[in-house]
Amino acid sequence: MYIDPHVHMVSRTTDDYQRMALAGCVAITEPAFWAGYDRSSPQGFFDYFRQLTDFEPKRAAQYGIRHHTWLCINPKEAEDPVFAKEVIKLIPQFLKCENVLGIGEIGLNKNSRNELEILDAHLALAAEHNLLVLVHTPHLEDKLKGTKLIMDAIRNHARLDPSRVLIDHVEEHTVRHVLDRGFWAGMTLYPDTKCTPQRAVDIFEMHGTERLWINSAGDWGQSDPLAVPKTQIEMKSRGHTLDSVRKVSFDNPLQFLSQSGRFRIA
Amino acid sequence: MPGPTPPPISKRAVVDRYFLEHRAKVIDIAAFLDRVDRAQGADGEADDFRVQALEACCRVLLDGKPDRARRVLELLSDHSTEPIAKAPMKGATGAIAVDAKGAN
Repeated sequence: MYIDPHVHMVSRTTDDYQRMALAGCVAITEPAFWAGYDRSSPQGFFDYFRQLTDFEPKRAAQYGIRHHTWLCINPKEAEDPVFAKEVIKLIPQFLKCENVLGIGEIGLNKNSRNELEILDAHLALAAEHNLLVLVHTPHLEDKLKGTKLIMDAIRNHARLDPSRVLIDHVEEHTVRHVLDRGFWAGMTLYPDTKCTPQRAVDIFEMHGTERLWINSAGDWGQSDPLAVPKTQIEMKSRGHTLDSVRKVSFDNPLQFLSQSGRFRIA
Repeated sequence: MPGPTPPPISKRAVVDRYFLEHRAKVIDIAAFLDRVDRAQGADGEADDFRVQALEACCRVLLDGKPDRARRVLELLSDHSTEPIAKAPMKGATGAIAVDAKGAN
C-alpha cells in the first residue's frame, strides 16, 4: 500500500491509474503545474482547475484511488506578473472544493525577481486561508540557489508554519538545508534528473526518515508513475524493515497531508 | 530508521548488486567524451562549460573524500545569492560556467 503525494495525472492515461492501483496506490495528490506550453489566458487556468477538482477525482475513483489537488500558477508561467496575478484571483473560488489541500506547486524556476513576486503572492494567499503549501524547487544548476531563496521567502510570512510546508524535489545538496529549517522534504523519483530510487534510499540512510517522503511526479515528460512502489522494492531488497518502507511511502505523507483536514485514503 | 543508518547489507553485497549498473555508466561517460572529441566543429567547441563541468565532477569521484554525490551536485550549482532580473528561458543546462559560479 502506498500514497503518491505528487503526480500529474492529467498527463497520464487511465491505464496508469489501473497500474498504480494494482501496485497498491490508495491515494494521490496532484499539484497544478506547467502544461508544456504557456496558457494564452487566465480562463485556460479556470478550466484546468475544474479538471483538477471535478473530472480527475472521478477518473481516479474508478480504480479505488482517492484524488486530491493543489492549486496555483506554476513558476514557469510566473514571468508575467500581471497575467499570473489574474490567475491567482481565480483560486479562492476553488478552495471550497473537497479535494483541494492547499497551494502548490509554487516556487521558483529560474530564480527571477518576477518569479519571487508571484511566489510571495501565493504564500500570502496560503497564509490568509491557513492552507498547506507544496513547493517546487528549480531544476539542475538552479536548485541550490532557488531552494535557499524560497525558504527565505517563506520565512517572511510569519503565519506560515514550516511544519505545514513541504519543499519538493530535494537532492543530496539540498535535503539537509530543508530539514534543518523545519520544513518537510520530498524526493522526486525520475529516470535522469532529480533522484533515482537508489539515491532516494541512500538519502534515507544518510538523513533518516523523519519529515521525508517520496513521489513519482509522473507527468508528460520522461517519468514513471510506478516509481514509488519501485523504491519500496529497492528498500526491501537492501534489507530495510517493512515498517521503514511503510513510513516513507504511506505514514509520512499521511501525517503531513492530514494537517489539511481534507486528506482521505480510499 | 528514524535517524541515519547504514545500509543493512554488506559492502560486498552492495558491490555485487550495483557494480554492473555503474560499470555501464562509467563506459557511457567515456563514450560520451570520445564522441565529443570525434564530432565535427571548431576546436573551441570542445571547451563547452558543460563538458568541463563533467570533467571536474570526475575528479571529485577520485578524491577519496565522502559525500561525493552532494559535492558533485554543488559543483554543478549556481552559488550566487541574488535573484536574476528576468528569466532568460524556461529550461536548465545542468551545469554552470566557472566564471558565472558566484561566491563558491
